[in-house]
Amino acid sequence: MKILGIESASLTASAAVWEDERLTAEYTVDFKKTHSQTLLPMIDEIVRMTETDLETIDAIAVSGGPGSFTGLRIGSATAKGLGLALDKPLIHVPTLDAMAYQHFGTDRLICPIMDARRGQVYCGLYEFHSEFQVLKPQAAMDLKELLEEINEKKRPVVFLGDGVPVGRAVIEERTRVPFVFAPSFSCRQRAGAVAALGAEYLKAGRTEQAGDYAPEYLRVSQAEREMLERKKRAEGPAKETIS
Amino acid sequence: MDDKMEAEKKEQDVYILAIESSCDETAAAVVKNGREVLSNVISSQIALHTLFGGVVPEIASRKHIEKINQVIQEALDEADMTLDEMTAVGVTYGPGLVGALLVGVSAAKAIAYAKKLPLIGVHHIEGHVSANFIENKELEPPFLCLIVSGGHTHLVKMKDYGEFEIIGRTRDDAAGEAFDKVARAIGLGYPGGPKIDKAAREGNPHAMEFPRAKIEGAPYDFSFSGLKSAVLNYLNHEKMRGEEVSRNDLAASFQNAVVESLVSRTILAAREFNIRDVVIAGGVASNSALRAAMKVACEKEGFRFYYPSPALCTDNAAMIGAAAYYEYQKGTRSGWDLNAVPNLKLGER
Repeated sequence: MKILGIESASLTASAAVWEDERLTAEYTVDFKKTHSQTLLPMIDEIVRMTETDLETIDAIAVSGGPGSFTGLRIGSATAKGLGLALDKPLIHVPTLDAMAYQHFGTDRLICPIMDARRGQVYCGLYEFHSEFQVLKPQAAMDLKELLEEINEKKRPVVFLGDGVPVGRAVIEERTRVPFVFAPSFSCRQRAGAVAALGAEYLKAGRTEQAGDYAPEYLRVSQAEREMLERKKRAEGPAKETIS
Repeated sequence: MDDKMEAEKKEQDVYILAIESSCDETAAAVVKNGREVLSNVISSQIALHTLFGGVVPEIASRKHIEKINQVIQEALDEADMTLDEMTAVGVTYGPGLVGALLVGVSAAKAIAYAKKLPLIGVHHIEGHVSANFIENKELEPPFLCLIVSGGHTHLVKMKDYGEFEIIGRTRDDAAGEAFDKVARAIGLGYPGGPKIDKAAREGNPHAMEFPRAKIEGAPYDFSFSGLKSAVLNYLNHEKMRGEEVSRNDLAASFQNAVVESLVSRTILAAREFNIRDVVIAGGVASNSALRAAMKVACEKEGFRFYYPSPALCTDNAAMIGAAAYYEYQKGTRSGWDLNAVPNLKLGER
């Protein structure tokens, strides 16, 4: 089984070749958002280094969001183009799931956080003691609400992701369970994790046609949001409840 | 490659898979030898954007992602060809909306890469000009081209394939932009060009006199913001007086002012530069009044006048395939690091 992994949801651009339970190549750059210029040359580099014939891959695993809309588009369009040309299926791997998947063996709750701007984070809750489990599917929410949910679980937690530096002060102030921050080598998106988790999905038959693939933004566009708000206002003031 | 192989290769037919996603149309086409369109598929989002009164970049980009593969596959199917039979992939890389452009550029790069095909980044406006090659087989550079669209108003001398000299340009709004703004002001909505064209047919083009701006020392440059303001001021003034304004007359008079500016400068330039082939391109080139007036003016001067059919005036991928073909013949190749360039200038690479 051979999988090409693609990750460009956030600041990290990453590509990986995964073959028979082995990560044969991974190229990860967490530097500048120039994915449209760097992603395909990175794929080309590892494909050549591992002498991979792209026609022989089984599927393309792609980090499916949430994340930067632009980053998701570059990764999605690249994966879709490859899928079309090679006639291979795509595997939609939720971005936060793949981030959590790096933390095998921990007893802790795994909590990846991405900065979602507008006072929110993209987050999810996972467990990977032996089997990988999604306890809370990825969502956009207020960081403080997330921390309350975590406090209620009464379990130690490991935080990771580019949302950590942004929300660090709030996390340190409000987390009432033992917590740690993941080290630098396992705290960002990686295509190796996307490909490895993608392999599990592929085994379970969770693939889709390249033409049908679209990323999961977890947010509507600003224009749609503003239109909804206008509609709400036009329908009269919402009944306020005092909590 | 030795000379013989090179010669043989040159004799082979060139098939370009072309992709265009710079604004609100997801489009793909297969073009043979730059002039023969084997397929030209367009998935329009106009209905979606009409809800917002104009193109919403984020929504456009998301739609492109959803549609891109289907549109490309349809273009191949309609041409009854496979990717293996393509010679190269051409794609619009600017100007346009960055998020929208990125979808086409990323997909085109991935397809060309996976199929080991040459990749050719195409300037959207060069595509519009090249739309004329499709239906006018005899047309060859040099010629004078008036490019008029929502983002551009340029008068250029096309010296050779892919070689432009800009003679005149707008100092402010593009002609199409002025159409959109006036259409919004008189309640015609989006897209403004076709709606004003339609309303103007029922109106008197001399009902109101609007200014035709001339720019000192730049006889071939355009300016439409003064005209637009004059129309808006007129509307306000009549409104304050409690007068009902004929929407059709206003549309016709405004359009007449735009068309006169466009035609007079084009003819002036053709005379001055002694060019006998006049070409129009871009979305506004489908405006019926512009086509009619330019035709009359060219006939009077003894110039040949070329224009694409309306379907090839608006954004499409066939025109990108035509432009890509001539770039391919010149040896232009883009790398895997090709990026979207939203404000790509004409004549820039």
